[in-house]
Amino acid sequence: MGGRQEVQLFTLINEQKKLAHCRGFGYFHLVILINAEVLMKSCHLVSSFFMIHRRKNVTTKRNEKLWLSGNEALALGAYEAGVKVASGYPGTPSTEIMENLSKYEGVYTEWAPNEKVGLEVALGASFVGVRALATMKHVGMNVAADPLFTSAYTGIRGGLVIINADDPEMHSSQNEQDNRNYAFAAKLPMLEPCDPAEAKEFLKTAYWISEGYDTPVIVRTTTRIAHVKGQVMPGGKTASSVKPEIVKDAAKFVMLPANARNRRKFVTERMKKLAEFAETFPENRIEWRDGTRGFITSGISYLYVKEAFPEASVLKLGMVWPLPEKMIRSFAAQVDELFIVEELDPFLELHIKAMGIRCHGKDLIPAEGELNPAIVRKAITGEESAGFAPVVLPPRPPNMCPGCPHRGLFYALSKQKVFVAGDIGCYTLGFLPPLSSMDSCVCMGAGVSAVHGMAKALGEEGMGREVAVIGDSTFVHSGITGLINIVYNDSYSTVIILDNRITAMTGQQPNPASGTNIKGEPAQMLNFEKLCKAIGVKHVITVNPHKINETKKILKEEINRPEPSVVISCSPCVLIPSEKKRVKIPYWTKRENCTGCMACLGLGCPAIHWVPVSPEEGVKLGFKEKQKGHSEISIELCNGCGQCAELCKFDAIGKEEGR
Amino acid sequence: MSEKGNILFCGVGGQGILLASEVTAYSLLAAGMDVRKSEVHGMAQRGGSVTAHLRYGSKVYSPLISPGEADIVVAFEVLEAARYLPYMHAKSTAIVNTHKIYPPAVATGKMTYPENVLDEIKSRDINVKTLDAFEIARSVGEIRAVNIVMVGVLSTHLPVEEQVFLEVLYERIPQKFRDVNIKAFQAGRKVTAA
Repeated sequence: MGGRQEVQLFTLINEQKKLAHCRGFGYFHLVILINAEVLMKSCHLVSSFFMIHRRKNVTTKRNEKLWLSGNEALALGAYEAGVKVASGYPGTPSTEIMENLSKYEGVYTEWAPNEKVGLEVALGASFVGVRALATMKHVGMNVAADPLFTSAYTGIRGGLVIINADDPEMHSSQNEQDNRNYAFAAKLPMLEPCDPAEAKEFLKTAYWISEGYDTPVIVRTTTRIAHVKGQVMPGGKTASSVKPEIVKDAAKFVMLPANARNRRKFVTERMKKLAEFAETFPENRIEWRDGTRGFITSGISYLYVKEAFPEASVLKLGMVWPLPEKMIRSFAAQVDELFIVEELDPFLELHIKAMGIRCHGKDLIPAEGELNPAIVRKAITGEESAGFAPVVLPPRPPNMCPGCPHRGLFYALSKQKVFVAGDIGCYTLGFLPPLSSMDSCVCMGAGVSAVHGMAKALGEEGMGREVAVIGDSTFVHSGITGLINIVYNDSYSTVIILDNRITAMTGQQPNPASGTNIKGEPAQMLNFEKLCKAIGVKHVITVNPHKINETKKILKEEINRPEPSVVISCSPCVLIPSEKKRVKIPYWTKRENCTGCMACLGLGCPAIHWVPVSPEEGVKLGFKEKQKGHSEISIELCNGCGQCAELCKFDAIGKEEGR
Repeated sequence: MSEKGNILFCGVGGQGILLASEVTAYSLLAAGMDVRKSEVHGMAQRGGSVTAHLRYGSKVYSPLISPGEADIVVAFEVLEAARYLPYMHAKSTAIVNTHKIYPPAVATGKMTYPENVLDEIKSRDINVKTLDAFEIARSVGEIRAVNIVMVGVLSTHLPVEEQVFLEVLYERIPQKFRDVNIKAFQAGRKVTAA
């Protein structure tokens, strides 16, 4: 099915819809009509195409429902939409889109160094007429905002879609910004699916809109779309009617003021047309029930509303920007009380209120964190949940793995009494006790730039009192420019690169320093030592963080050096497949030697725990009177890194092989 | 056994909670139900507290279970069972693995593991079923099969035939681990109320 045929399908649906209006049908009937139409059309497609969708290791027949996460469904959607080039940077909850897409044949996928590069790669592919995709988490959109805003002006040739994954509740993020605001600010259309099945369909629709209206399209998900699993029906492959070729069109692609002013007018016209389209877009739909309460909602919030108020009328917006004003007005006029239910910002609410429509929104619905059916119900009816009161328990935060190289580095760093300007990754967990070795964490790359700011603010006074830590992937993402600034503007700052050979936090994705690409094939490996030296850092030293004492000594020297320096703390993540396979000899506690000094517990390793001992038991074990217990290594958890053995001064930790 | 329900899986990262919820979801799907499941990745790994929400019925909307609406809580660790008390209601069933995993503050000797935590759960008007899934898994020869032992217990509370679960296990578990996991599942099914 080509792009043009898709256009015909939509025209058909819209005509059907107009017809329904003429006949005085309500929207409820209309939805059925449209769905029936889509169904008929897709049945026709099934019969006309003998479709097996190809994915390495997976072959699925067309008419068999799949059980997919939102991210897996988006990958399938990208494949079905005929995406040719896809680029992204890992970020929860978006990572699995690219990971899954890389398993399909006929799609070029890559991990880019950051989201800005990823979007520009996709834009370039679009310029030469192929369908392209960029994926990112919400904060990644900030990094990609520069090309985003101007790509709204250039428009596209091949369809261009940006999948943006927001993280309400901040399950794995440093803030919970609502990126629907980007659609408004950048003047781009945005679609928002409510479940995996819609995610796949909306992505395909997004390519149709992109090519039909000469615009990049944003598809917004949230954690509860990305990481929710549901049933998804695979469909036919669609294709762009755009021809892949180099087309020179300076007026469209060269955004200098004179051209940009013209394109600015085009953007205004385009958004007007899209607003008209929104009025008849089948995924903006009204489900008429009882008219006393009416809800306008989108995305995951729609499902919460359906659960909490099954009897109410709902206007579900599949497209959250631009808004279908006439449809909203008509809906508002036909319900007694109007509620806007949305997570995070009052985005729909503000724009609906700006239309002069009275409604409830954030006066009732929380603006912070995720919603669920109970929160929505309580906000509107006051009805409390039936659950038991919580009990006070020891918290269980995530921890660095046993054998994690970051632990050794942070332990050594904790002895330096310095301000640690941190960054985003597994190593942010170094903030937790007992290591407590991180004093700031803002965004990717911020630590490297901030430590320079501290040095300039404090001058001589600050020498030896602050250091930046940044992961390998994060350094490539946004740390290099900060390091250039340190050298160029003549600072004394020290930067520690926590090089564990992989982008670990999001689930071990390779990066430019890993030596492999997204498919696991060999790739050029970025050499940090050479890079830092080329930037002009004279003192670059690599340490093995498992050797804590040596690391401590080097850190002290470098942090106090009156010149820029870089310490590369290099040891692979224990979760890398090659490390997982490596035979590891665990350590064990020689209880008779343990004095209960707790030095090893200062590492906070999950494989070591404290065993309290009563005075009577202590006597039996031959402990001194004051000894209140001993530490114990769980052999099944130990990865044999030896950090604890290095800290023990009493020969109480031995290697299992010597037992 | 109801034709619709909400199952909350909770425990500690690394216990195989996501696989347990997947096997359950596939079995309910095979039995013809609509199923939705929600999980959180990223920070939830690395030994942190992990949950998976699973809802089934003829038509499911929300993928999240609201507090007070979990019909069955499958707790892979005692402390975690207590942590999710706000999700339980008076008629909930809690399947609790009594094996303890110390959270960091306890492991480092800064806090003690609350000894009475199981009584705390039992004192509520909840149907509590306890088992040492770790010991059962060890007895069948694979300590990592704790998750499938838990699925075995859970399966006796669901409107799905044993055979359906067995077929799903056969399909989803690599051949190398298949037999031991099927043993673990069957050992779980034999656990009676305690």
